[in-house]
Amino acid sequence: MIRRLTRTVLMGSVAAAAAFALAGCGSGFGGNSNGGGNSSGSGGLTSSKDPLTVLIGSSGDAETAAVTSAVADWSSSSGTKATVIPASNLDQQLAQGFAAKKPADVFYLSTGSLPGYAANGSLLAYGSKLPSSLTSDFYPSLVKNFTYDGKLYCAPKDFSTLQLIVNTDDWQAAGLTDADYPKTWDQLSADAKKLTSGSTTGLVVSGQYERLGAFMVEAGGNLTNADSTKVTANSQANVDALTYAQGLLKDGSMKFAADVGAGWGGEAFGKNLGAMTIEGNWISGAMSSDYPSVHYKVVPLPAGPKGMGTLQFTNCWGIAADSPNQKAALALVEKLTSKDDQLAFAKAFGVMPSIQSAASEWKQEFPQYAPFLDASDYAQGTPTLKGVANVITDLDGKIAQLKTTDPKTILDSAQSNLQALLK
Amino acid sequence: MTDVARRRGTIRQGEAASGWLFTAPVLALLALFLVIPILMALWVSFSDWGGRGSPFAAGVHFVGLKNYETITRGGGLAEQNFGQSLRNNLWYVILVVPIQTTIALVLASLVNSQRLKGRGFFRTAFYFPSVTSSVAITVLWLFLFNTTGAVNKVLSWVGIHGPNWFNEPQGVLHAILGAFGATNGPGALVNHGFLGVSWWDWLAGPSWAMSALILLAVFTTSGTFMLLFLAALQNLSGDLQEAAMVDGANAWERFTRITLPQLRPTLFTVVTLGLIGCWQVFDQVYVATDGGPDGTTLTPAFLSYQASFINQDWGQGAAIAFILFVIIVVFTLIQRWVLRERAVSKRRRLNPVPAKVAGLPVGEVER
Repeated sequence: MIRRLTRTVLMGSVAAAAAFALAGCGSGFGGNSNGGGNSSGSGGLTSSKDPLTVLIGSSGDAETAAVTSAVADWSSSSGTKATVIPASNLDQQLAQGFAAKKPADVFYLSTGSLPGYAANGSLLAYGSKLPSSLTSDFYPSLVKNFTYDGKLYCAPKDFSTLQLIVNTDDWQAAGLTDADYPKTWDQLSADAKKLTSGSTTGLVVSGQYERLGAFMVEAGGNLTNADSTKVTANSQANVDALTYAQGLLKDGSMKFAADVGAGWGGEAFGKNLGAMTIEGNWISGAMSSDYPSVHYKVVPLPAGPKGMGTLQFTNCWGIAADSPNQKAALALVEKLTSKDDQLAFAKAFGVMPSIQSAASEWKQEFPQYAPFLDASDYAQGTPTLKGVANVITDLDGKIAQLKTTDPKTILDSAQSNLQALLK
Repeated sequence: MTDVARRRGTIRQGEAASGWLFTAPVLALLALFLVIPILMALWVSFSDWGGRGSPFAAGVHFVGLKNYETITRGGGLAEQNFGQSLRNNLWYVILVVPIQTTIALVLASLVNSQRLKGRGFFRTAFYFPSVTSSVAITVLWLFLFNTTGAVNKVLSWVGIHGPNWFNEPQGVLHAILGAFGATNGPGALVNHGFLGVSWWDWLAGPSWAMSALILLAVFTTSGTFMLLFLAALQNLSGDLQEAAMVDGANAWERFTRITLPQLRPTLFTVVTLGLIGCWQVFDQVYVATDGGPDGTTLTPAFLSYQASFINQDWGQGAAIAFILFVIIVVFTLIQRWVLRERAVSKRRRLNPVPAKVAGLPVGEVER
């Protein structure tokens, strides 16, 4: 009798466990639920009482604190709860969220990830729902970076550009003056040669497209056209740019960071393994925290055969298509891209505002970094094509061997790999 | 009597049901966390699922072998990366498995020796790398093998200019050939290839970066397998050893003719675990190199992750995982065949070579 009872209880609990397990799975398999939100809100956006989650790929405590406080301000004024989660691996956590149909509502999104997520429908293309005073205030080149299939998918969060960073002590020691800051490629070669002595190389950069691409833009090229609709990787301009860089490598006045034992250009620069480097405005944080005794100056990269040029990098505030509270998410993004918030972010962690109206105040605040912002007139973005990350990784691997490899060969393979992405 | 028989019958009848019942929780868990996910992944590898929502939702289509074709004969970067990852991992397996097995066996024999003092200390010391987080050891490795790091410093004492370990994509064999002036391979090897990688590159050997990871794997896993061998060695009875000693076999003969054959089951376990672990190497690549320099530390496991999570090509990622699965099964079957118990001919049974241990009961040796 007792045994039978035990068996019944056991059987019951097994059945219950199985039922729970299947129910747990069920919501994942369903496919069409949108998490309890309803899409009858204004302009086809979902709205609900659900709290928001904000997933950020933070550069450190300063950034996390600044974003958290800005979001908390918004929460208290709007009455919608919102939590900021600093991601340990943004790409992976985003992908998991989208696959589970329970993504973060608002998140950082890079230009490289945008096409993939836009193509599979994970993103809300909310650009048209932003007030036009805001969209016209964004730098046009940033808007282009986040436009996919003719639609602006997300609001640019901030941006950075590459410029030449010069160690002023080395500069003076080499007998150079302010008048010698390079204006042309030839001057850069001459300066780099003069600055090379002992363990210090004139110019040390990370050996990748994301740095040497600046030379491509100066020569009038880039991997693709501005809309990423035409591949121009093996254009003569790009060949010229890499040939110029190869020349610097061959005469020893330029080295790649990896070849001097540094992780990136900033590290080589801070350790004085290089007297100059090409980096973006993020270098200011690294210099003040890791190498506070190094004196440096930011100057514009020299003009190439086709004038001034550099690369820009940017992120945007993505909103998930599966968010149950898109209306609130949109309001939050508007607040986070406002002038006040962007200037607060700039002070906290050194980024450049994505809106033109904040430019003059930013330059007043950071006159020493003005060349980074000035570059917004001529900087170009990196290609935005689905799967481009792989191609650029492959290209970077080959550029690291530039000293001994024919530039045309490197660019030809990038051309065919990028062409394959266009379809 | 009949009563007993009848009752026994009912008990037997109930047993099958009870058996199922008692294993049901585990079966349910296995199905939920193993079988269903594997079947889902298999479906993903044949679908165009883009990474949003359920792979079984309405908008996901069956695309046949398209994902498999892209990575095996698509002619693009995907095929090239897959070929390169297989090449890298093949060298990794070829070098790591034999080296770590040999070292583990040697270490186990050493710490099993009755004469060694402080055996406990050595056992702990050898096992220590295995229990330390692989991420921590990988970071340590990055420092040691930095171009200005400790390893190159030591090499410089003996007059060797060490390579720029984690940034040097050149294969080790190519580097050796290059030292003899052979920098370009013969056209037959350079112009033909397999999976987008030329035969010349297949034969390049592991890059310096991969070599560092190979040393890392040997360093961390030898201790684990030492423990397996040690357990097996301690299970062996001393009788055979003594009998062989009486017959005049020396230490080497006793090891190769008596100990080693008895360790065959453990050897099989160690090599199988080693093979599986080596084909699935991921964390070191993820932490140390992200597949670089120039893709020479890409492995199929890492490529599968990269294709899925970074590039949103989930079908390709799943396809890579299943090809990897097939490779692991094939390798395990091959080594099972190599390590199989060979039938011994009657004549050899009666006359085992060498004559020195001939007095032994052969069946015992084979056991």
